[in-house]
Amino acid sequence: MITIPYLTALTTYFSYGLLFVFGQLRDLFRKIFDRWTSSNLEGYAPICLGLEDFYIRRLYLRIQDCFGRPIASAPDAWFDMVERYSNDHNKTLKRTENVARCLNLGSYNYLGFAAADEYCTPRVIESLKQYSASTCSPRVEAGTTVLHSELEDCVAKFVGKPASLVFGMGYVTNSAIIPVLIGKGGLIISDSLNHSSIVNGARGSGATIRVFQHNTPSDLEKVLREGIAEGQPRTHRPWKKIIVVVEGIYSMEGELCNLPEIVAICKKYKAYVYLDEAHSIGAVGKTGRGVCELLGVDTADVDVMMGTFTKSFGSSGGYIAGSKELIQYLKYTCPAHLYGTSISPPSAQQIMSAIQVLLGEDGSSRGAQKLARIRENSNFFRSELQKMGFEVLGDNDSPVMPIMLYNPSKIPAFSRECLKQNVAVVVVGFPATPLLLARARICISASHSREDLVRALEVISNVGDLIGIKYFPAEPKKEHREDGAVKLD
Amino acid sequence: MGQKQQKPRTFTQTQLTARIQNSRSVNHSGADADPPSPTQHRATAAALAPNALESKSLKLVMEAATSMLQVSVDWVTRAFEAPFSGAVVFGVPIGGHLFVEGLLFVVILYLLTQKSYAPPKRPLTKKEIDELCDEWTPEPLIPAMTEEMQREPPKLESAAGPHTIINGKEVVNFASANYLGLVGHEKLLNSCTSALEKYGVGSCGPRGFYGTIDVHLDCESRIANFLGTPDSILYSYGLSTMFSTIPAFCKKGDIIVVDEGVHWGIQNGLYLSRSKIVYFKHNNMRSLESTLEKITNENKRAKQIRRYIVIEGVYQNSGQIAPLDEIIKLKEKYRFRLLMDESNSFGVLGSSGRGVTEYYGVPVEKIDIITAAMGHALAAEGGFCTGNARVIDHQRLSSSGYVFSASLPPYLASAAISAIDVLEENPNLVKKVKENVALLWAGLSDLQGFEIASNPHSPIVFLKLANSINTSKSDMQLLQDIVDKLLEEHSIFVVCSKRSTLDKCPIPIGIRLFVSAGHSESDLNKLCQSLKIVVSSVLKNRC
Repeated sequence: MITIPYLTALTTYFSYGLLFVFGQLRDLFRKIFDRWTSSNLEGYAPICLGLEDFYIRRLYLRIQDCFGRPIASAPDAWFDMVERYSNDHNKTLKRTENVARCLNLGSYNYLGFAAADEYCTPRVIESLKQYSASTCSPRVEAGTTVLHSELEDCVAKFVGKPASLVFGMGYVTNSAIIPVLIGKGGLIISDSLNHSSIVNGARGSGATIRVFQHNTPSDLEKVLREGIAEGQPRTHRPWKKIIVVVEGIYSMEGELCNLPEIVAICKKYKAYVYLDEAHSIGAVGKTGRGVCELLGVDTADVDVMMGTFTKSFGSSGGYIAGSKELIQYLKYTCPAHLYGTSISPPSAQQIMSAIQVLLGEDGSSRGAQKLARIRENSNFFRSELQKMGFEVLGDNDSPVMPIMLYNPSKIPAFSRECLKQNVAVVVVGFPATPLLLARARICISASHSREDLVRALEVISNVGDLIGIKYFPAEPKKEHREDGAVKLD
Repeated sequence: MGQKQQKPRTFTQTQLTARIQNSRSVNHSGADADPPSPTQHRATAAALAPNALESKSLKLVMEAATSMLQVSVDWVTRAFEAPFSGAVVFGVPIGGHLFVEGLLFVVILYLLTQKSYAPPKRPLTKKEIDELCDEWTPEPLIPAMTEEMQREPPKLESAAGPHTIINGKEVVNFASANYLGLVGHEKLLNSCTSALEKYGVGSCGPRGFYGTIDVHLDCESRIANFLGTPDSILYSYGLSTMFSTIPAFCKKGDIIVVDEGVHWGIQNGLYLSRSKIVYFKHNNMRSLESTLEKITNENKRAKQIRRYIVIEGVYQNSGQIAPLDEIIKLKEKYRFRLLMDESNSFGVLGSSGRGVTEYYGVPVEKIDIITAAMGHALAAEGGFCTGNARVIDHQRLSSSGYVFSASLPPYLASAAISAIDVLEENPNLVKKVKENVALLWAGLSDLQGFEIASNPHSPIVFLKLANSINTSKSDMQLLQDIVDKLLEEHSIFVVCSKRSTLDKCPIPIGIRLFVSAGHSESDLNKLCQSLKIVVSSVLKNRC
């Protein structure tokens, strides 16, 4: 759990309050001035309404330049960022022809497959020539090529399940599968910090949704016991089935799932486990097989394994792996399989090639090196950040490390100051995190060299001093206290 | 301190005595007024209204009330005349009413200390919950396998162009929505190759976090430029475009009027929006008008509620074309906003492939939000939404499929740009599709047992069984037999529409033929002849 210092919480609330008041004042003036100009609504209700629109106009647009920065190269360890300028106080941003070479600490390029690769790229281009860029058809019609079924076998073997099914988009995988597995009369117990695609899928299913405290098995057990004892709301009939949905690595916290305990509890209460490995597959584990491998969980105990190819594998799409019957049933009725265009053949080839590299099937040890390097890099970077006194979330081995910023003014400050020194970082604010818990997120890649990381740490440390986000200046303060103690004695 | 306390006490004393005297006089005057005794009262009431029953009962109630008042007044007077009523305790004269008030106060205190009534709650003990947990047996994760679930689609051994290879045999492909025949087009392949070399395959991030590649922005402006709209936004998957766009603009309390034949992506978006959803009959303008009329009349606050009509340009489920000109008239009359999915019409309809708006000669600004998948005519993947700048900018932070998903692989964005370039340079591609559709219609006009249920200009030719036999399950089998036979015996690849159990579309299933500009005249003739042979043999076996 994140605990905010009281003073920080107070200043954060104050900052948002100030932004809100000024935004409202500006809206008020605009309303007064707009009275003289005729309304162009013509009897329609305004299309953008309420606080959401207010947030975008008055808060987000001010710092719009920190998000959606276009790049003009592959999202590798270093990339070319297109410079933008604005003539209307950030309302619109215009692209220029200039690019700046920046160190990339933002992309999910965990294994460094984002850029052209000596093994993958030639194969990808070969498959492009053979199968073209699209099949223009869903999988059940003309969208299944030989490549697709090879990919499914390869993925199933890699994650350690009897069968798998691939989809063209990771988000759709979650949001279209959950409604197939469970419906009315079922119970979905979801981690409180699950990704939006899971939330959407759960809502779309029509099942009852309960939330358990983030990554807390004891709370999961409590919710499960209450759920089973009470049964369905109002009718009190027993639930048809219960699915517990967790993620392998939580992308906004960098935390590893407490999978062994959660699986044990689910087994005890006969609930099915749905594991979303979007960020963990490929990135953690000795051979890159995700959290199950890292934490020593038998994949047979996880009923549905989901993951995406957009991160570690540097491609697109998502997969579901499970028993043969499960996959067969999904093929029969899953809307994403029946209606969504099948995954683009070159993307499919990229995934297969990346897995081959990881398993050493390309005849080199590059895969093992990549896996060792991401682990080394992540742990080095995390411990250095902690030494510097930043509040870093997440567990060891996880390549995702959020640095807490809290104050809304520090969001753009951190991003812009880092960019000035050619380090591109991701900052995350309200829609993706709770209002108070704004943060910067570092994603480490196997393609970062030690020099890159040292340089990044230097820049982040300087910026951290400048904007005051070293919330736990551990060492110097301790010394100070000891000094004080000595004097007292 | 003693002195200080005395002053207020004397004040209260005088106050109290005044109050007591006051109340006494009231009470006495009440007693003096000499209220009529119950018998007297009844007699007068009876005399006043001998016939009216109602007034009688009213009188009885009044009487009861006055008698109760009388009794309580009597009690109070008695309390005042009680032996202690004149007593003075600690300088405070204990008036009778103080006695009564004290009593009341005690009663109130007593009631307050009592717990309010609640049915006795006996929470389940730990043991009972354990038992319940042990007893509970969940349903299996998936239902039992049936034979129809085992079916596997044919595997393609080459690109899904107009001709493709299945099981080592070259077949004519009428199953891919490759309307313009751009699958395998050299220009697309070249642009993809150079993009793959420059950018790699995936973008490794959502659009907000360094997943925006310059080709994405180029593609967005290319689409907007081609359609003549102010701005557009790219999604990484066609199916997610609609189900992210709709919930970005429609929330709880809004009203959406929608055609019942829309595809699942739209249905899911509607469900996720939690708005009020009203269906109208498939492509039926009279039904739409009456629905709009009813909604406008029902809602007095209609002007403050956001109202939308959701349609498809060419319906994926039926091949019908929405009568856009009439819908625009209705939309303007009733002030609804229009959302249109052009997945199957973009690039195909209209003289230059600009979609349904061009087909009907309607200015594109009349439609508030247009979405389309790029996995059909453009032979790329992903989807886009286009409209005015406000509509697009709103989605960049509010559309979950855009914000929370990795962006479109850059090579597919550059494929889409090239596809639009090809389309703009070769308007005869659109013409070719139109001619091919017309040829197919002519060739299938005397097909027995089926009727063409799609629009004559739609690139999806939808064949519906003329007289459905039995249930749709046996229909399904019949259609599948025809499809299998066509592939095996005649090397023609067609598909029958398949529905997910989640899909609520009521349109009957049938055979869907996707016509492409890449089909030659002989391909179409072969399809018509083979279809006739297979259909007659399969239908004969049935009967």
